[in-house]
Amino acid sequence: MSRVGRNIHVSVDRLRQLAQREGRPRRIKADAGTCPKCDSHYSADEMQRNMRVCPACGHHFAVTARERMEQLGEPGGYVELWSELRASDPLQFTDLKPYTERIVEAEKSTGMGEAIVCAELEVRHQPAVAAVMDFSFMGGSMGAVVGEKFARACDYAAQKGLPLIIVSASGGARMQEGTLALMQMAKTVIALDALAEARVPVVVVLAHPTTGGVWASFASLGDVTYAEPGALIAFSGPRVIEETTREVLPDDFGRAEAQLRNGQVDAVVDRRELAQRIGRVLHILSRPPGDGASTAAPALQWAQGGAQKVGEAVQALPSLPRKMMDRMRPGSTDGEDPGETPA
Amino acid sequence: MSDRKQGGRFRKVTNKVRRTPEAQDEDLWERVQLARHAERPYTLDYINRLCSDFEELHGDRYFSDDAALVAGFGRYHDTPVAFIGQQKGRDTNERTCRNFGMAGPEGYRKAMRVMEIANRLGISVVTLIDTPGAFPGASAEERGQGGAISRSIQMMWRLDVPTVAVIIGEGSSGGALGLGVADRVLMLENSTYSVISPEGASAILWRDASKAKLAAQAFKPTAANCYRWGVVDAVVPEPEGGAHTDPGQAAEILDQYLSRVLTELGAVPPADRRRARRERFRRLGPLRDPEGGMGMATGRETPPPG
Repeated sequence: MSRVGRNIHVSVDRLRQLAQREGRPRRIKADAGTCPKCDSHYSADEMQRNMRVCPACGHHFAVTARERMEQLGEPGGYVELWSELRASDPLQFTDLKPYTERIVEAEKSTGMGEAIVCAELEVRHQPAVAAVMDFSFMGGSMGAVVGEKFARACDYAAQKGLPLIIVSASGGARMQEGTLALMQMAKTVIALDALAEARVPVVVVLAHPTTGGVWASFASLGDVTYAEPGALIAFSGPRVIEETTREVLPDDFGRAEAQLRNGQVDAVVDRRELAQRIGRVLHILSRPPGDGASTAAPALQWAQGGAQKVGEAVQALPSLPRKMMDRMRPGSTDGEDPGETPA
Repeated sequence: MSDRKQGGRFRKVTNKVRRTPEAQDEDLWERVQLARHAERPYTLDYINRLCSDFEELHGDRYFSDDAALVAGFGRYHDTPVAFIGQQKGRDTNERTCRNFGMAGPEGYRKAMRVMEIANRLGISVVTLIDTPGAFPGASAEERGQGGAISRSIQMMWRLDVPTVAVIIGEGSSGGALGLGVADRVLMLENSTYSVISPEGASAILWRDASKAKLAAQAFKPTAANCYRWGVVDAVVPEPEGGAHTDPGQAAEILDQYLSRVLTELGAVPPADRRRARRERFRRLGPLRDPEGGMGMATGRETPPPG
């Protein structure tokens, strides 16, 4: 297998040839080339190893649902559920092209059956059920199949007492299924309550983009909500807002970093640290088997885990609290503008 | 006034409308316009006619009061009922003040506040849906438009009291569904219920704002179709020519449906009601039959009896 350094320029065509020869999924080759943000070059192989994050500037590229499963769980160690479900065309919908044609094309180009993949997996030794959306399948839009698979994932997780991890990447409800697509918002929100009844947590990861009916349904109902850097998170996208209200929007409108400031997400997490972060929070929230009332057992486990684990956890904390503590210490020089927002 | 002229034209059109999907498709565009006719009765018009007394509540207790959504308690057939709905404006001033019936997060939070009170006091909840969509604005996004809608959906699903949603005009996007998760969903004959407004769909799918008519025909957002898909439970007839020709009669017909449905629901134990509510929404959304083609596996074919 060729290992191409990032400073060596290899033509995209050549990379495509290589990717094909190795029998990789066809879409990987689209990522090979140049980062649109910082213009640095990279190889398909390097890109995959770096979880589709630009090694130079940290720009987060789109990830397919199955690759995301591999990133979150152990490689190849997930069991996909209900992959046989397919969309129907209740409206006999045609816009520029018939909906049936669009589905067939999406199936062909992505090698997937729908815009969501559900699976059982382990994230850093924490067993969980994951529902991961794929933007490359019709913009990750939510139709009846996405709604049904999501609802089944909720029921399945609740039944097994496992936490649910949701990774959203969607433009919203699937227009081509009309009013019935709108109903999936209700269906998914209602399904989530099975987890509340089973007293297991829901972790949501908002990937780029999470908009419309998906943001206005299950994606905004996580118990813990992470967002990937630069992800657009909004009910109405910037274009719609500018057209409707003639507002001039800031460059970072609706982006993960802005939504963190707005209090809409708990943290912005780099994809390369995502699995570790999810595993950690699931560990913190996990209850001893068969009992929810007692907290003694996990506390003991934590103590037995030793100082190393605590050290790791502290390391993983964002630097902000420490900075703030420094500033609060008596005698510290307050050189920074007090009105400045901590980044 | 051009509105008057429009009214005359619609009267002619709707006279020939019969309540079958095919007949509705024929003059679908006229119906879409009828659903947002300038003289169509709005939420408060119905509330004032249905209730002997109504106390509107204001404010979400977090940020402000959203005039695009009204909520409060009314005396309906000598029982207390919570009424919640988007409110449009009649003249330019009122339209601006009501933000064209496009509620922000504060509106949905006010709705949730009233729902919570109703649930605690054992009062049935009736929502009246009439909106082109939730407000698309930077300020609304900053204050959590998405989360406000999803939580409103969640709250409606969790209520122990009987709930009825009525689509009285335009029901577009998540802004409509935010008030739409109920035990029974009724829909006025000339109203629309869809994932997006025809104009929005036209801009997104056809990349051309002038294809709204085409979009409407593709979405088929009429009452008869929504009934056929199982999205609504009953179609409420309107007076000849549309609700705006006789708002009083329109409210009377709605009253008949509403009181019957509320009585029926009141007789069901809360746990059964919630289970049925869950099943009702869980069923929606046909999947491809692995044996057959791309068609719809389930669905009702005929509209409800008058």
